[in-house]
Amino acid sequence: MTPDVLPIILPLVWGAILALAVFLYVLLGGYDLGLGVLFPLAPTHQDRDTMMASVSPFWDGNETWLVMGGGGLLAAFPLAYSVMLPALYLPIILMLIGLILRGVAFEFRFKSGPYRWTWDLAFAGGSIVAALMQGLIIGAFVQGFNVVDGKYAGGAFDWLTPFSAVTALAVVSGYVLLSAGWLIMKGDKALRDWAYGISRYALIAVATFILIFSLWTPWLHPEIAKRWFTPANMVMLSPVPLATAATIAALWLSLKRRMRYAPFLLAAVIFLLCYTGLAVSLFPYIIPPSITLWQAAAATESQLFMLYGAIPILPIILGYTAYSYYVFWDATGHEGYH
Amino acid sequence: MLELDPLLLSRIQFAFTISFHILFPSFTIGLAAWLFVLEILWLKTGKPIYEDIARQWTKIFAVSFGMGVVSGLVLSYQFGTNWSEFSRLGGNVIGPLMSYEVLTAFFLEAGFLGIMLFGHERVPKAVHLFATAMVALGTLISAFWILSANSWMQTPAGYTVGPDNVLHVADWWQVIFNPSFPYRFAHMVAAAYLTTAFIVAGIGAWYILRGRSVAHGRIMLGMGLSLLVWLAPLQLIIGDLHGLNTREHQPVKIAAVEAHWETQKGAPLILFAVPDPKAETNHFELSVPRLGSLILTHEWDGEIMGLKSFPPENRPNPIIPFFSFRIMVAIGMIMIAVGIVGSVLWLTGRLYTSRWFLRLLTWVSPLGFLAVLAGWFTAEVGRQPWTVYGVLRTADSVSPVPGGSVLVSILLFVLVYGIVFGAGVYYIAMLVRRGPGETPPVPEEEEADPSRRPMAAAGAP
Repeated sequence: MTPDVLPIILPLVWGAILALAVFLYVLLGGYDLGLGVLFPLAPTHQDRDTMMASVSPFWDGNETWLVMGGGGLLAAFPLAYSVMLPALYLPIILMLIGLILRGVAFEFRFKSGPYRWTWDLAFAGGSIVAALMQGLIIGAFVQGFNVVDGKYAGGAFDWLTPFSAVTALAVVSGYVLLSAGWLIMKGDKALRDWAYGISRYALIAVATFILIFSLWTPWLHPEIAKRWFTPANMVMLSPVPLATAATIAALWLSLKRRMRYAPFLLAAVIFLLCYTGLAVSLFPYIIPPSITLWQAAAATESQLFMLYGAIPILPIILGYTAYSYYVFWDATGHEGYH
Repeated sequence: MLELDPLLLSRIQFAFTISFHILFPSFTIGLAAWLFVLEILWLKTGKPIYEDIARQWTKIFAVSFGMGVVSGLVLSYQFGTNWSEFSRLGGNVIGPLMSYEVLTAFFLEAGFLGIMLFGHERVPKAVHLFATAMVALGTLISAFWILSANSWMQTPAGYTVGPDNVLHVADWWQVIFNPSFPYRFAHMVAAAYLTTAFIVAGIGAWYILRGRSVAHGRIMLGMGLSLLVWLAPLQLIIGDLHGLNTREHQPVKIAAVEAHWETQKGAPLILFAVPDPKAETNHFELSVPRLGSLILTHEWDGEIMGLKSFPPENRPNPIIPFFSFRIMVAIGMIMIAVGIVGSVLWLTGRLYTSRWFLRLLTWVSPLGFLAVLAGWFTAEVGRQPWTVYGVLRTADSVSPVPGGSVLVSILLFVLVYGIVFGAGVYYIAMLVRRGPGETPPVPEEEEADPSRRPMAAAGAP
């Protein structure tokens, strides 16, 4: 590979690495935040213990993908990082605060005796706030940012619009769907029954939001409409919406047949398809509608220097993540609470 | 009405969140290394007392590490939320250094922390020792990257400035091993070890005083003193070298730290003063003639530049660096004195019976944390008005966010950190109160706790 190819390839490589990190976070952090959203609704105290125990070996591993996303964005696409974070100042701060509260709740809840309810509150409240903020962030991101001379030039509340409010609710219902699927895999019979019920409502909500989102997004930027509705593209891209519809139907059936693992996996597939659809809409912009991956990219020598570290370490992290799910799979911790 | 200045508020917020954060790494860098030594002693002697101590402090390590992770998450986003211009202009240089830190931390979390915290019953002793060694090494590697990034901001090297003012890396080696990095790294690692040794010795003294876990207390006190007695004086030498380096590369910081307004040969050492930046002079000055030059240049007639030799817009306000530096040095002196007095008492066989000394040590033992904070305030405030010294001004680094947003976030951070910090410190205090010799052996307890996470390793109180 000649050196002049690098400035074209490296931003794509880093775009792919970050896209993977963010997707893993949305998937793993998603079911784990969804549990916090469902927490107040759980039928019994013991169910709450089970819910928390089912995710406690994993939550901070899940969260590290978010750290990776933030750190990676700064290093690989400093321009995007420096536009997005000020633009999303308040939702990001609120998300971080929510994540801190729910994170320490894992650690302190089982030790605080009569004050356990305060940490329950912190866990549920922190999770709900974090999930809502992530939804607002995604909505605001798709909507795009007001950029002048490479700097954010909008106001403090540009992120708060009807569109971003809809994505916030969409993301929360998606997280609930994932976590209900998680509980169907991990819970005992009573908890499973409850989770099947929740899944149906969540799936109806998710399907509705996907429809609204798909119809609304093309109106945000003409380019997105053009990408999806140019005849040639329509044929080429049609598998994405068709597969989404099919997966939703399959998930509905799997709930009816009370399957054990299919609901979570199919919910994950729905997330992947939505994510793909979003990528199709936005590529090659990292700050819609004005800054591309290549414009935002760090200098080639910086992206290259980081890649030397990422190439050996990322597979190890992925491998370890898989391994820890394997090792702690059965740790729902019932034995601890009798 | 007072205008809400996003620059000032962002500085306050960053100072608050990073001060909170640095306390935990300062502690865990030292603890990890100490736990490694304890495990070696246990393996070599086979005495269960070392295992008792190691297990107790592993729990304390777990809580501290967890708090460090949680508060670190915030920092990785604040570079963007509050210092986006710094990120945009300096991202090519700073970004990869930070990313390497994140990757290292990940790697640690992935590989060895779990074994260190939860693996006592599950893996052979030697494997556990290896895991602890890797965690200790990992904390050092983390510190390496963070201090490299910070040092580069103090003494930038190996970069070029593009036509759009964006900084580019010309030579990674020069960036990473920039002129102040070796000194700052050594100074910080020594500070972390000293802070830990001081607190361990103090808690050991407290166990002896109250007459429970006495045997464990003696070991803790002895090990703490053994480190203090040589490392505290060595830290003075490292600090001195660091000061010489700063004088060479950041003379205006030295002028602020010393509250010297005029450039002079044979400058005095000002022990106390109230610097007055408006009048460009000091009030209530108490000084020792010529000592300043002697310390800073190692020469009787050495020249020290004063603040007036620099344009006012390039000077830091000397008030904070002047006082924070003196607080740090005073605590260093206390550490040296405690190390020497304690060792003398120990050698003459009076250590465990000198209750006055044990009591004094208990009281002063948390001072290391204050010294770390004071040192960082000296370094960071002394770098002002620059984020990247001489290259990028702090005022040009701040995000385009309204002051009101920053005020809201400061209030939220103060509230939430207050709760989290309060709970964490309370929890550590509970772990300390129940001394290592008193823990009933209940391995089931750990088994029963399903949350196999850092702080969960600390077990039920």
